[in-house]
Amino acid sequence: MPSLGTSFGRGGATTFQQDLQNSDCIVIEGSNMAECHPVGFQWVMEAKAKGATVIHVDPRFTRTSALADLHVPLRAGSDIVFLGGIINHVLSEEKYFRDYVLHYTNAATILTEEYRDTEDLDGVFSGLDTEERAYDFHTWQYDGTEMRAASGERDQQYADQTRGGETVRQSARGEAHGSGGAEVGNPVRDETLTHERCVFQVLKRHFARYTAEMVEQICGIPRDTFARVCDALTANSGRDRTSAFVYSVGWTQHTVGAQYIRTASILQALLGNIGRPGGGILALRGHASIQGSTDIPTLFNLLPGYIPMPHARSNTDLDSFVAAESTHKGYWANTRSYLVSLLKAYWGEAATEENDFCFDYLPRLTGSHSTYETVLTQIAGDCEGYFLMGENPAVGSANAKLQRLGMANLKWLVVRDLSLIESATWWRDGPETETGEIRTEDNATEVFFLPAAAHTEKDGSFTNTQRMLQWHHQAVEPPGDARSDLWFTFHLGRRIRQKLADSTNDLDRPILDLAWAYPTKGEIDEPDADAVLAEINGWDANGIPLSSYEQLKTDGSTACGCWIYCGVYAGGVNQAARRKPGGEQNWVAGEWGWAWPANRRILYNRASADLDGKPWSERKALVWWDAEQGRWTGHDVADFVADKSPHYRPDDDARGPRALSGIDPFIMQGDGKAWLFVPAGLTDGPLPAHYEPQDSPFRNLLYRQQRNPVREVTQFVHPDNRLQPSGDEPGSKVFPYVATTYRLTEHHTAGGMSRWLPYLVELQPEFFCEVSPELAAERGLKHIGWATIVSARAAIEARVLVTERMTPLIVQGRRLLQIGLPYHWGPNGYSVGDAANELASVSLDPNSHIQEVKALACDIRPGRRPRGPDRVALVRDYQRRAGITERTGTEM
Amino acid sequence: MARLTEKTVDPASEAGYVDHPRRMGFFTDTSVCIGCKACEVACKEWNAIPEDSGPLTGMSYDNTAGLGANTWRHVAFIEQRKPMAYQEPGVDHRDIDGLALAEQGFSVSEAAEEFRWLMASDVCKHCTHAACLDVCPTGSLFRTEFGTVVVQEDICNGCGYCVPACPYGVIDRRADDGRAWKCTLCYDRLGVGQEPACAKACPTESIQFGPLDELRERAARRVEQLRADGVTDARLYGADPDDGVGGDGAFFLLLDEPEVYGLPPDPVVTTRDLSAMWRRAGAAALLAVAGAVAAFALGGSR
Repeated sequence: MPSLGTSFGRGGATTFQQDLQNSDCIVIEGSNMAECHPVGFQWVMEAKAKGATVIHVDPRFTRTSALADLHVPLRAGSDIVFLGGIINHVLSEEKYFRDYVLHYTNAATILTEEYRDTEDLDGVFSGLDTEERAYDFHTWQYDGTEMRAASGERDQQYADQTRGGETVRQSARGEAHGSGGAEVGNPVRDETLTHERCVFQVLKRHFARYTAEMVEQICGIPRDTFARVCDALTANSGRDRTSAFVYSVGWTQHTVGAQYIRTASILQALLGNIGRPGGGILALRGHASIQGSTDIPTLFNLLPGYIPMPHARSNTDLDSFVAAESTHKGYWANTRSYLVSLLKAYWGEAATEENDFCFDYLPRLTGSHSTYETVLTQIAGDCEGYFLMGENPAVGSANAKLQRLGMANLKWLVVRDLSLIESATWWRDGPETETGEIRTEDNATEVFFLPAAAHTEKDGSFTNTQRMLQWHHQAVEPPGDARSDLWFTFHLGRRIRQKLADSTNDLDRPILDLAWAYPTKGEIDEPDADAVLAEINGWDANGIPLSSYEQLKTDGSTACGCWIYCGVYAGGVNQAARRKPGGEQNWVAGEWGWAWPANRRILYNRASADLDGKPWSERKALVWWDAEQGRWTGHDVADFVADKSPHYRPDDDARGPRALSGIDPFIMQGDGKAWLFVPAGLTDGPLPAHYEPQDSPFRNLLYRQQRNPVREVTQFVHPDNRLQPSGDEPGSKVFPYVATTYRLTEHHTAGGMSRWLPYLVELQPEFFCEVSPELAAERGLKHIGWATIVSARAAIEARVLVTERMTPLIVQGRRLLQIGLPYHWGPNGYSVGDAANELASVSLDPNSHIQEVKALACDIRPGRRPRGPDRVALVRDYQRRAGITERTGTEM
Repeated sequence: MARLTEKTVDPASEAGYVDHPRRMGFFTDTSVCIGCKACEVACKEWNAIPEDSGPLTGMSYDNTAGLGANTWRHVAFIEQRKPMAYQEPGVDHRDIDGLALAEQGFSVSEAAEEFRWLMASDVCKHCTHAACLDVCPTGSLFRTEFGTVVVQEDICNGCGYCVPACPYGVIDRRADDGRAWKCTLCYDRLGVGQEPACAKACPTESIQFGPLDELRERAARRVEQLRADGVTDARLYGADPDDGVGGDGAFFLLLDEPEVYGLPPDPVVTTRDLSAMWRRAGAAALLAVAGAVAAFALGGSR
C-alpha cells in the first residue's frame, strides 16, 4: 500500500470498520462494500441510520449502490479525474480545513526550484528518463534539505549489466516501509501558504485543470451530480463533522492504481479527515489476512514490518543498509533495532554482532520478482519449481493463459488447496488442452496436489482489513492427509535441514542456521501456532516477552519476528485472542483482538486534537492531552509518544521520534506531516495525474501523455499478451466497450472456496456478464442467452444479464456502454464457466506491480465462443482487424 | 402500542399452552437488506436442507426464485425505475449558499437517481390464524409454545392439504419424499435460548428476532423514522393483528406495494370461512335429506 504509506506513514487503513458509524458522510469508491465486505457494511448502515450521507461511486449499480443515498456511475478507469475535480473544488472554493492543513500536512513546505509539474511538461513530471522509462525523483524534493532516497532509489550504475535495465525501482522499492523515508533536515516553510513553490500552491496549479467540465467529459458524471458529491463532502468535513472514504481493489487494480489512492489521501488531508473519528481512508482488503500478508509479507520485495528486502548490488552490509533505510526523524530512525531483532528471530544464536547478525543470509533482489515476472521466467525456462499455497492463478491472475503457459514449462509444481483447483489440473483439462496449445502427453511438469486444512482445522491468526489480529482456535482435526500451511512449511523446512545436515557448502548455512525449533503437538506433530506468535512478538535476552517495539535493541539482545506486531504477546498472553464483547467496552473496542501498531485503532489520532491537544470539537473527540497527568488520553490508544506535550519543540540536532514536535501527528514521516506532495517513495509522480487505462477507447483529454509513462508493460511483451490500440489510434474501434471485473457476495475470489459448495453455487450458478439494455440492443444480446467477449488476449463466453443497473454514460460526447464481469469462474468445480481474467493484459502499476483488471477495452458479440483451435483463431482475427503488433500499446 | 397488544390474539394460549413463553417472531426490515443471502445459507446449513441448484434464472440476482420445500428463506431482488429512497441527512446547511446552488441547478429531486434495487428476505409468516395447521389431518403441523407454526417431518404423511391452504404459498412438498417442509423459526434453537440461524447470520440486522410485541413497537418506530427522513414509501406488512390472518408472526417493512415483492396484498386465512361453509353445507345437506325424506314420504304415500 505505497500510497497510504507515502501519504501518512503506514501502509494500512487509517481507521477501522466500526468507526464508520461516526461518519457524517461515507464515500465508497473502487469498492463494492455491501457485496464484498457485508459484515463490515453494517457500520455503514449504522451511520446511515444516524443521518450520514452514503455515496457510492462505481461504474455499476451494485448492492452497495442500492443502500446508498446517491449512486454516481462513472467510466471505469477515470477516478483520478473525479477525485481531482473535488480537490480542485475544495481548493478553489476554500473548503479545506485550514488549521489542519497548515500544521498537520506539508502544505507549507517549499519545493526545489528544479521541480516541474505535469502543468509544465504536458502530462509528465520532471526527471523522466524516456530511455529507462523511469523517474529520477531528485527534483521532487523539499527545498533546502538533503533528500536521501530511501525508497525508489535507482541503481543506474548496474542497469547496463542487467536485462532490460533492471533497476532498484523495478524491485518495487516504492512499497518498502510504506513510507518514503524522506530524509528531511529542516524544511523551509511558508506559513502563509502563498509562496509559489510551496506545496499548497503547487497543488492548486496542478489540479486547476480538473474542472467539473472535465469530470463530465472524462468520467461521464453530470455536473449536478458532481456538485452534490462536492457539497455532501465539504458540508460534512471540518471541526464538527467528518467524512470517510472506503476503497478496495477497484482502485488498486489499474496501471496508475496507487495514484488513485493518493488522490483520495490528498483530499482527505485537505478536508482534515485523517486521524479523527468518522474520518479516514478505509482500505478494504481483498480477502482474509491480506493485510497480514503484507505485514509479514508474501511479497518478494519486503521483509516483515515493511523493512525493504536488500538489493543484490547496493548496501551489501548491515551498516550501509541501515544507513540507507533509516531516517533521522520519526520511528524509521530505529530501523537498525527492527532489523537486528528480526535477524535474531530468524537465526537465533547464530546471529552475532561479529557476523552482522547474519545480514548476509538474507536473500537479495536482482530485479522485480513479482508473480508476473516469475511467470515470464517460467516461460523462459529459468524458473523450474513453483509452490502455490491458497492461490489459483490459472483463474485469478490477469491473463490467466500466461500463468498456465508458465506452469506448463516447470519441472515441478506443488499445489496446496482445499479443492482440486484449475491451477492443479490445467495440464489435463485446461483451456489450452482444448485448443491444442498444451498437450497432456507432452507436458513434463510434475504436479503434486496436497490437500490443505481449512481455518477451522487449525490455530492461527487473521490480520484483517483494519490491521487487527484475531486468533482462531482449531475446532476439528483436518481430514485425511489435509495439513495446515504451518505444518507443511515447518516440516518441509525440517526435512530439508535433515537432508543438508552434513553439507559443508556455505550456501546451505542460512538454512542450517535457522532457529527452527518449534514445539509440536498431537498425532500429526502440528507446530504450536502460539509459539510462532510469541516469536513474532519477540522477547528480550531473558526470554521475557516484549510489550512494545520501543524496547527493541540494536545489540542483538532482543529478538522480534515483526516489529510492528510487537506487543501482540505482551505479558506472555495471546492478545489477539481477546474477545471482550463490544457491548462491554466503547466503540473502539480495544480489548477485542489486537491491532498494530501498539493496539492503536485509528492511526495518526494525534490529529483529532488541535495544536494545544484539545479535540477539534466535542463531537469528534478521540484523544487529547491531559495537562495534569502530562499524558495523552482518550477513547483510543494515542498514536503518539504518550507523554510528549503538544507544546514540545525539538532541538535542531534531535534524532528519531524526539526530533518530531508536539504538533507532528504523522510520526512515521520524516517531517511528521501528512504528505499532500510526496517527495520520495513513489515511482510515478509526486502528485496524481490522470492517465488512461492501458487499453482504453478514449484519448486522454487532460494531457498529451495517454498512459502512465512508467507503467510496467515493456517487460511483458509476449505473443499471448498483446495490447490494444487506444483513443484515436487506428483499430481502437475494434474494442469499443469497457469491461470491469469484480466479485459477487456469493462467491470467493478465484472460486477455490466457493465453486465446490452447493449452497453457494445455487445462489449464483453460472458465469454471467452484465450489460445495459442499450448494449443488448446494439449487439443483439438476449437476456440469459450467451455472449462472447473478446480482447486482444482471449475470447470467453458468458450468460447475459441485461440490466438497467449498467448505466450508459456520455463520455467525450459519445455514448459509452460498459460490461460487468464477475471473475470467480473456471472450468473446475460444481459451477463452471470461463475465467474473466483471460481477457486482461499483464500491464502493471509501477509501485505495487498490480495488474489492470478493473478497466479494459473489449468487444462483445452474441452467441457462444468457438471451440478448439477456432477460439485462438478468433482472437488472432481481432488482432489482425485492429492492426495489432508486438509494439502496439507499449509506447511510453 | 398497548392497543395492538390488547387486540393481539395469543396463539399459544389458544393452542392450550399454559404458562408459555412470549410469542416470538421476525421483523424483516427490507430497507437495510443488502441481499447478501447469508440468511439463505445459514438456514440451509443449520436445518440441513438439500441443495436445489438450477440454471441462472435471469431474475436479477435471485437464483432461488421463491420459498419452497428446500428454501425456507428467500431473498427477492427487484430492479425498478423509481427514485432511490433518498434520505435527507442531518447536514448543517448554515454554511451553504443556497442561492448559488440554485443557480447551478442543484436539486435533490432532479439529481436523485431514477433507479432502485429492492431486496427482501422472505420467510414463513407464522400466522396468528394458520390455515396450514387447521387443515393438517395428522397433527404434523402444530403451534409451538412460542406461538410459531412447525411441521414435524416424522409425522407428516404427505397429504399436501397444507400446500393450497397457505395464503402466501410458503409451505411446499419435497418432490422426492412428498412430505411438507417449511421454516420452523428454528424451533430447536429457540428451545435452548438461541435466535434463529438466519437472524444470527444477518449482518445488517435486516432480520430481527424477538418477542413479537417488542418487534411491532420497534417496527412502528422505524417506519415513522424513515417517513420523517423522506422515505415515504416505507410501510409495514403483516404487522396488523386485524388483517386477514390475524397478523403475522414474521412481518416486514417494505418500500413498495407487497405485490412488487411477490407477496399477496390482502392475505386471508383460507380456513376463515370454513365453519360458515360447513354450517351452510350442513344446512344444505339437512335440507337435501329433508327433501329426500319428504319426497320418499310423498312418493310412498302415492
